[in-house]
Amino acid sequence: MIAFILRRLMQAVVVMLTVALISFALFNFAGDPINNMVGQDVSLADRERLREALGLNQPFWVQFGIFLQNALQGDFGLSYRLGRPVEDLIVERLPATLELSLTAAALAVFIGIPLGVYTGLYRDTWLSRVFLTASLAGVSLPTFLIGILLILIFSVELNVLPSFGRGETVEIGWWTTGFATWSGIKALILPSITLCLFQLTLIMRLVRAEMMEVLRTDYIKFARARGLPDRKVHFGHALKNTLVPVITVIGLQFGSIVAFAIITETVFQWPGMGLLFIQAVNFVDIPILAAYLVLIALFFVVINLVVDLLYYFVDPRLRVDRTAAGGEATP
Amino acid sequence: MTAPAAPGSPPGLLRRIFDSDLWYSFTRSWITMGSGICVLLLVVGALGAPVLAPHDTFDPATLKLMDAFTPPVWVEGGNPTYLIGTDNQGRDMLSTIMFGMRISLLVGFAAVLFSLVLGVGLGLVAGYLGGTIDALIMRVADIKLAFPAILIALLVDGVSRAALPRDMHDQLALYVVVFAIGVSNWVSYARTVRGTVMVERGKDYVQAARVIGIHPAVIMVRHVLPNVMGPVLVIATLGLALAILTEATLSFLGVGVPPTQPSLGTLIRNGNDYLFSGEWWIAIFPGLTLVVLALSVNLLGDWLRDALNPKLR
Amino acid sequence: MPNHLLEVDRLKVVFPTRRGTLVAVDDVSFHIDQGEVLGVVGESGAGKSLTGAAIIGLLEPPGRIAGGEIRLDGRRIDNLPYSQLRRIRGKEIGAVFQDPLTSLNPLYTIGKQLTETIETHTDMTPTKARERAVQLLKDVGIPAAEKRIESYPHQFSGGMRQRVVIALALCANPRIVIADEPTTALDVSIQAQIIALLKRLCQEHGTAVMLVTHDMGVIAETADRVAVMYAGRVAEIGPVRDVIKHPKHPYTIGLMGAIPAIGHGTERLTQIEGAMPRLTDIPRGCAFNPRCPKVFDRCRSERPDLLATETSLASCWLYDDQRAPAREAAHV
Repeated sequence: MIAFILRRLMQAVVVMLTVALISFALFNFAGDPINNMVGQDVSLADRERLREALGLNQPFWVQFGIFLQNALQGDFGLSYRLGRPVEDLIVERLPATLELSLTAAALAVFIGIPLGVYTGLYRDTWLSRVFLTASLAGVSLPTFLIGILLILIFSVELNVLPSFGRGETVEIGWWTTGFATWSGIKALILPSITLCLFQLTLIMRLVRAEMMEVLRTDYIKFARARGLPDRKVHFGHALKNTLVPVITVIGLQFGSIVAFAIITETVFQWPGMGLLFIQAVNFVDIPILAAYLVLIALFFVVINLVVDLLYYFVDPRLRVDRTAAGGEATP
Repeated sequence: MTAPAAPGSPPGLLRRIFDSDLWYSFTRSWITMGSGICVLLLVVGALGAPVLAPHDTFDPATLKLMDAFTPPVWVEGGNPTYLIGTDNQGRDMLSTIMFGMRISLLVGFAAVLFSLVLGVGLGLVAGYLGGTIDALIMRVADIKLAFPAILIALLVDGVSRAALPRDMHDQLALYVVVFAIGVSNWVSYARTVRGTVMVERGKDYVQAARVIGIHPAVIMVRHVLPNVMGPVLVIATLGLALAILTEATLSFLGVGVPPTQPSLGTLIRNGNDYLFSGEWWIAIFPGLTLVVLALSVNLLGDWLRDALNPKLR
Repeated sequence: MPNHLLEVDRLKVVFPTRRGTLVAVDDVSFHIDQGEVLGVVGESGAGKSLTGAAIIGLLEPPGRIAGGEIRLDGRRIDNLPYSQLRRIRGKEIGAVFQDPLTSLNPLYTIGKQLTETIETHTDMTPTKARERAVQLLKDVGIPAAEKRIESYPHQFSGGMRQRVVIALALCANPRIVIADEPTTALDVSIQAQIIALLKRLCQEHGTAVMLVTHDMGVIAETADRVAVMYAGRVAEIGPVRDVIKHPKHPYTIGLMGAIPAIGHGTERLTQIEGAMPRLTDIPRGCAFNPRCPKVFDRCRSERPDLLATETSLASCWLYDDQRAPAREAAHV
C-alpha cells in the first residue's frame, strides 16, 4: 500500500517537473521577456541592468531552479496584460470555475450513471432508444453550441434566465460563492447544464457499455444460474464490476470538465479561470499561460492519484502484492 | 448465392461489397443509411462549393452591404436571392456555410490523418520493440490521455502564438490547428495498434517468419496492419467527428483557423454577436450544419463499431 | 410409467440469424432419474451445452426454445415465468460451468457469494448461512475453510476455484446439477479429483447429475447412462457400459474406435472421415449420413427416430424392423 502510494507520488512529481519545465521554457523561448516587460524607449544599458536584476543572464538550469522556487510559493510574476500578480488573478477566479465545474460534475454523475444502468439493463425498450439517440446528439453537439442554443431559448426568447455572469456573489473569506443568493443560483443553471451535457452523455454511454459487457460474463451467468434475484445480480454483481472502469473515467472527466469550462466560461462570460486563460492565449500573456499550465497539471495529477487510490479500494485484485499471490497459486 | 467473380475485377468487387455483412448491416438501419446520405451530401456540397454555391463569398465585388442581415426567405423581409439569409456583411449564408464546411472538413481530415499516422506508427514501434521505448511511449500516452484534447489544442495554439511572430502565425494558423488537433488525438490509435502487435508478436507464424529471415517490418505491415484495420477505421471515423468539433470550438474561441478562411466555427462565432439583436440565423444555420455533420459521422462510426465487433453480434 | 426427475421431451433450440434460422438442438429427448448421472458427450457444436443452458433457462439471446417440453418432477419448467424459474435455479437445479476462473465474481469474497446464495434459497440467518458456507467449503475439500472464506477468487488456484463453484452449485441442496464441461479448463492432474469430488458429493446427497463433456473417459468413469449427441440430435442413448462396449450407432462406433484403450496397445485407432456438418447445412435425413460407412438410401431421405436396439436406443435406420425405405406402409 505505502509502496504503491510512494510510486504514484514519484510519478506525479516527475509529471509536475516536466510541466514546469515546459512552462518555464515558454518564458524563455517565446520572445524576450525583457521586451515583454518594458517599453520601446528603455535604453540598452537599462535593459541589461534589468536582465541582471531578474537573474536572466544566469545559466538555464539556475533560472529554472529559481522559477521552481517561485512557483512552489505560488509566484508566477506579473501578467503582461493586466500588470497584476498572476497568483492574485487566479485566486480571484478559482471559486467561479470550481463552483461551476463541481455543479456540472455532480449533475453528470448523478444523472449519467442511472441512465447508463437503465439503458444497459433494458436495451430494447423505447425509453432506452430515446436516451441513446439523445446521447448521440449530446456527443455531436459542441459545448459552445449548446450554450448558444440555451441562451437563445432561455435568455433571448423566454427571458427567464441570465445569459452571462455569476449573478450576486457572497464573500466567505477569500472565496466568493454564488450558491448563497437566488440570482447566483439562477446564473449557474445554464452554464452548468451546458458544461455537464457532454460529460453526462459520455458517462451514460460508458456505464451502458460496461454494463452490457459485464452482463455477458460467466460470473453473471453463474450468479443467475444460482437463482440470485435480479436486483442482486444487476445492482450488486454487475454494477460493482462496472464501477472499476467507470471510476477512472469519471475522475479523468472531472479534469475534462475544468478544461471545457474554458468554453462555457467564454460563452457565458463567466468570470473564471477559463476566461482568464483564453484571454491570455489571445494576448500571449505568458505568465498566466505558464501558471495555468502548472495549475491544471497539478489538478490532473491530484485527480489521478485519487482515482488510483479509489481503484485500489474497489478492486481486491490490486490489493495483493505479488509474493502473496504467487504463494497462493498452489492448492 | 452465385460464386463470386474473380477477386479484384470491378463487378466481383461490387458484388462482394453488396453481399458483405457490412453492407447488410448498413441497409438494415435507416438511421445509418440516413447518416450515410447526409455525410455524402455535405461532403459533395463542401467539395463542390466553388461550382455549386450560389454566390462567391470570397469575391468582394459581389458583396452588397445593403443586403446585410437579410433574414431567410420564409421570414418577413426575406429575399429569394438569399435562401437562408445573409450575414452582417451581406454574404449569402448558404454559400458561406458551403465554403466554411470545406475548411472544417479539410482540417478534420488532415488532423485525423495526422493523428492516425502518428498513433499507428508509435503503436507499432511500442508494441514491437517493447521494453523501455514501449514504457516511455505508453507513459506519455497516459499523461496525454489525462489531458482533454481541447486543452492540448489550446495550449499548442497558445505556445505557437507566443513562439511565432504574429504574421507568420497567421500564415501557419491552419497548419497549427491541424497539428494541435492531431497531436491531441493519437493515443487511442497507438493503444489499439500496440495491443494487437503484442498479441500477434507472440504467435507462431511471426516467429516462423522471423526464423526464415523475413524482416520484422515486413511482418508488421503484412500481418499486423490488416488486423488493426477495423478498429483503426472506427477510431478514425469517430475521431473525424471529434476533430471537426474541436476545430469548430477552437475557431469559436478565436484561436482556430484564421478569419480569412472562415470555418463553421468561425461563422458561429461571428453570428453569436448578433444573437441578442434577433438575427438568429447567422449563428444557427452554421451551427445546424455542424451538428448534422458531426452527428452523421458519429452515427456512421457507431454503426461501424457495432458491425465490426463480433462480440456484439 | 414412473415419473422421472427430469424429462426433456423433443426439445428444440433455434438461433434466428440473417441467413435463416439455425436449429442448434433438434428434437432432443432424454430423462434423468433421482440420483442418476447422465453423461452427455459430443463434439463441440453438437448442442450438448445448449441443451444444458436450455434446461436452466439461460440460453443467450437470440437463442430460444422453439419446441418441446422440459419437465422437472412431471412439472413443466420451460414455459415458466422468469421469477418462478429463478426460484428453481440454484434450489432445484444447480449448475457448474466450464471455466472456474471466470465463474466467480472477482470483487466479492467467496464467503459473500456463498452466503448470498444460501440466503436466497433458505430462511437461514446470516450466522447460520455462514456456518453452512464454511461446512460446504470443508465438504469440497478447501483447507482452512474458516480462514479462506474471507478470500477473493483470485487468491485461489483453478482447481480450488472449481471446488468453490461446486460448493456454490450445491448450496441449496439441489436435486440435480448440470455440470457443463466442469473439468475442461483445468489441469489434467486436477481433472480426476474434481470429477471424483462431484461424484462423491452427489452420491452422498442423492443428487442427480447431467454431466456435459467431450471426454469419453470421464463419462466411462462417472456416468450411469450416456447420451451421444451429433449435430444437435441424440445419436444414441443407453447404459454407459453397453454404449462403450457395444456401440450401436455408426457414429458411436466410430467414436469408440477413436479412443485409445490401455491394454489394447496394438490396435490401430480408427477415425471418422469428414467433419460434423455446420448448423447451416445439416443434410436431409440422418445428419450423419455423409460420413456413415453403412449409409443406405433411406438415411438420405428420412430422419430416424430413436429406435430400440438390444442394449440402447439409437437413432439409426439399421435398427428399424423394416429395413426398407417404405416406413409409412409398415407402420400403418
